[in-house]
Amino acid sequence: MINTRDILETIHMVTEEHLDIRTVTMGISLRDCVDSDIDALCQKVYDKITRCAKDLVSVCQRIEAEFGIPIINKRISVAPVSMICDALTTEDVSPIARAMDRAARDVGVNFIGGYSALVHKGLTKGDDKLINPLPYALSTTERVCSSINVATTHAGINMDAVARCGRIIKDIAWRTRDTDSFGCAKLVVFANAPEDNPFMAGAFHGVGEGECVLNVGISGPGVVRAAIARAGDCDLSELAELIKRTAFKITRMGQLVLKEASARLGISYGIVDLSLAPTPAVGDSVARILEEMGLETCGCHGTTACLAMLNDAVKKGGIMASAHVGGLSGAFIPVSEDSGMVEAAEKGVLTLDKLEAMTAVCSVGLDMIAIPGDTTAEVISAIIADEISIGVINTKTTAVRVLPVYGKGVGDSINFGGLWGAAPIMPVHNESPARFIGRGGRIPAPVHSFRN
Amino acid sequence: MKAVISVIGKDTVGIIARVSEVLSRHSINILDITQSVLSDLFAMIMLVDITGLDVDYTVLKDELEHMGEGMGLEIHCMHASVFDTMHKI
Repeated sequence: MINTRDILETIHMVTEEHLDIRTVTMGISLRDCVDSDIDALCQKVYDKITRCAKDLVSVCQRIEAEFGIPIINKRISVAPVSMICDALTTEDVSPIARAMDRAARDVGVNFIGGYSALVHKGLTKGDDKLINPLPYALSTTERVCSSINVATTHAGINMDAVARCGRIIKDIAWRTRDTDSFGCAKLVVFANAPEDNPFMAGAFHGVGEGECVLNVGISGPGVVRAAIARAGDCDLSELAELIKRTAFKITRMGQLVLKEASARLGISYGIVDLSLAPTPAVGDSVARILEEMGLETCGCHGTTACLAMLNDAVKKGGIMASAHVGGLSGAFIPVSEDSGMVEAAEKGVLTLDKLEAMTAVCSVGLDMIAIPGDTTAEVISAIIADEISIGVINTKTTAVRVLPVYGKGVGDSINFGGLWGAAPIMPVHNESPARFIGRGGRIPAPVHSFRN
Repeated sequence: MKAVISVIGKDTVGIIARVSEVLSRHSINILDITQSVLSDLFAMIMLVDITGLDVDYTVLKDELEHMGEGMGLEIHCMHASVFDTMHKI
């Protein structure tokens, strides 16, 4: 017989502490969809996605019921779409986004990622064809998510692409102004983008991946916070051990769901992403974990140290629990999606500068941050450049997903509802970096020795 | 295939009888039962074999949960592999 205490602990985690599987994401290669005719290519893309993912939602729902563990999101990621655009004779490839949108709707997933381009050294014709109409594509589709990788540690930073991303984000903000610039929530600008990330909006099916693969993203900030609360005033060594043990249990659940779902779908299983992903639900917050560790408010001095320890302990516990770990694997700090972060930002304790420092020790970057609508494209590009530099120098993934909310300024707020949450508009530094951004070119790859 | 059924709530007459009746009706064999009553809080955990289950698993789960709601009890039904995976290395 299984230990009664273990059983009750698991049930308590699910019913009271928001233990869930955050996402089961199917990665699908689209390389065999290449065609010079846009209509033919779109049909192939639609057919392949709907064929591969036709049972994804029903299998996940079945596993949810049988195992008693909620699976919050079922999603799809596809190969970076720019890779299948080079041979097209047309310049406007946005019909592919609409084909992806239809396919996602028809198989019942709420988001599909991979309308992406990897341009860390330069742009091919296909990349250019994808990026040019990107604001139009994202503002005329509902479920399509996009990402642009502008830098890697080995290649350096493509500052021409960074400058362009600032303008793209402004354009999307304007085109989706009726919904508080929500379109910007569907675009992530990356450094060192992982190929097997199951989380939106940055998920894409990397170039080194197989034909079709399943990845799982775990969750569980509420479980970790509750465990820390129960531990009381123990020292940090004990606390790290406790977080490791908790992360182990959470990740084992992810591993179980991954194996079961991939077996039932008849596809190979990929990785478990160990990220602690918050939701706006009360208690399901990474900020609240940091506060439970002993901070008055997330964002005060000590926040970076707490987050570094939390992130490291989660990885140590999680790696032991899963056969293959990948994706972003760290604590997420998306402001709007975390009620504790929102509260700290509203108090003015959590600032953009502090968030930037926090991203040096955790995944994944400046995420879901609402900034004034009159922020210039150059300032947005400079925010991206700063954040991307942290990733490049530290050989880690970083990303930027900011929303310059059209028509709103500091003191206003946005509310997207659901898992997207609400957020105050946070101030940025408006002094101009335009001359720096205007230089263009590339920031060379960093030296890998003499690391200080 | 094994499942764990947990029943938590206010102690009343006939909890085990009613849960067992549902299980018996669906050809489910009870392998082990543990129960405790602390103050008036009743907690019972059953390990059952659902190999011979004569309806869909979700039907059983819904029936048990619905019955629990009617009796003021929380009834959870989960595959045993969940607990094995989480709590054993």
